Amino acid sequence: MSDLRELYQEIIIDHNRQPRNFYEMEDATQKIDGFNPLCGDRITIYLKVENGIVEKASFKGTGCAISIASASMMTDSLLGKTIQQVEAVFEKFHQLITAAKKPETTDELGKLNVLGGVRNYPSRIKCATLAWHAMHAALNQESDTVTTE
Amino acid sequence: MTVDTQSEHITTMAFDVKSIKQDFPALAQTVHNKPLIYFDNAATSQKPQAVIDSLVHYYQHDNANIHRGVHTLSERATKAYEDARKTVQQFVNAKHDSEIVFLRGTTEAINLVAQSYGRANIGQDDEIIISEMEHHANIVPWQMLCEQTGATLKIIPINDKGELLLEEYQALFSNKTKLVAVVHISNALGTINPIKQMIDIAHQHDVPILIDGAQATPHMAIDVQALGCDFYTLSGHKMYGPTGIGALYAKKEILEKMPPYQGGGEMIKMVTFEKTTYNEIPFRYEAGTMHIAGAIGLATAIDYIQSIGIENIAHYEQGLSAYAQQLADDFDGLRVIGTAADKTGILSFLLDNIHAHDVGTILDHEGIAIRTGHHCAMPVMQHFNIPATARASFCMYNTKAEIKQLFSALDKVREVFAK
Ligand SMILES: Cc1ncc(COP(=O)(O)O)c(C=O)c1O
Repeated sequence: MSDLRELYQEIIIDHNRQPRNFYEMEDATQKIDGFNPLCGDRITIYLKVENGIVEKASFKGTGCAISIASASMMTDSLLGKTIQQVEAVFEKFHQLITAAKKPETTDELGKLNVLGGVRNYPSRIKCATLAWHAMHAALNQESDTVTTE
Repeated sequence: MTVDTQSEHITTMAFDVKSIKQDFPALAQTVHNKPLIYFDNAATSQKPQAVIDSLVHYYQHDNANIHRGVHTLSERATKAYEDARKTVQQFVNAKHDSEIVFLRGTTEAINLVAQSYGRANIGQDDEIIISEMEHHANIVPWQMLCEQTGATLKIIPINDKGELLLEEYQALFSNKTKLVAVVHISNALGTINPIKQMIDIAHQHDVPILIDGAQATPHMAIDVQALGCDFYTLSGHKMYGPTGIGALYAKKEILEKMPPYQGGGEMIKMVTFEKTTYNEIPFRYEAGTMHIAGAIGLATAIDYIQSIGIENIAHYEQGLSAYAQQLADDFDGLRVIGTAADKTGILSFLLDNIHAHDVGTILDHEGIAIRTGHHCAMPVMQHFNIPATARASFCMYNTKAEIKQLFSALDKVREVFAK
């Protein structure tokens, strides 16, 4: 189960069991539903952006361990970042998960690097990226629901 | 179905699962260094060597277009294709071979009935009865028809065991009801519906009825004459045959009156720019060059099933199903979705709070292939208020030892999540 451990790292299991920032945000400036029609997972992302800085980020919803952990760690990682910084992390994260060649571990991603194991599981990549696509769409003021399809 | 009366006879017959397994080359492989255990049979079954060989043989020796050549190969291909139709006819015990239309599968068969029979016979404010446990293939074509015609859908509800509520079914009929379409065996729950009774009820109201048999034909004997249904559908790939081939059974008198589905070659008798005369049934519904090899492969799959005996298969699979249910009952934290009294070898379940996808990925690491998700039956998921289930579905080449391994692997799933 060695490579399985790489996917289900302790920190992922932990974030799945006790998701951080797991609440509905009353004073969100951005809110968006992410939907993965393949598995029925739904995650709502809430952001409070003020003066170009993410003051608060939270989420609600159901999903597999990978999607919940990814959303949990993502919301943690966004706090205090400027929109440009968020865009940069989004790009880096996307590369980590989907680039043909495994990128170097970067400090910029910090503990998000543990989600890199997903790249070996093509059927699970969308689980890891669901929250991120939703967040990205929320920041760019796109429609109310994004899907992974 | 006929198992009970014959069970004595059956138990004395040797059902040699080992030798059956050897007939399926895809089963003899390892996945993540573990011997493959294939429990995704409700999605599609593996294919026996005989079926694979029949495809190869057809393309190597007999390949030709059918029904319109005078040369030897065309005659051979035509005969093989029409023989395949007779094989399907006998398998479901249809009265005439012209009542069997070859199509891509259940999905296309239902779409054909919706667009051909439906558009001719169902109009504004009419009603179509389906059930809460339908596969999307038996929902969406009717919704499309409703959009086109202004008809509405009426839904037979299910209880928390995953059984249809027959009293509610009865109550749905009105003089607006024009068709019933219901699944024989639910792919998401494993429920075997009392279709004979449901057919009789529909006919008491003079309403024709379609049965989605995609999950039934691999597991039980089907006799469309005894059932009396007006339409019955099957998918070759779920019954050890090739993908891309299936069949619609429809009563001759209905088929004869239906307008064509697609236009093109083969479905016509005579074409001028003024007028086209359509071919007779079933060719009227088989426009264009059909999946000839597929039809032959499907017939070979049926021959293979018959060589083992559908009753023997049903009996053996019931043993597997009962064993799996027993292990499931004893497994802490495992919740079975679909606990109907009458069930096939489909075990849809949830484990603790672990998402089905995580279960599926970890089982795959143990070499065990299951299906996870909504199984194209989102209304069923909605009924149980869950996003997804993990589903292990068994067939004749599976064993109790494999089922035992499934449950050991579920222990491992828990281990991963226990840290
Ligand atoms: C109950 C049921 N109906 C319809 C279908 C659709 O069959 P096909 O994809 O072969 O057209 C399936 C297959 O998943 C099924 O299980």
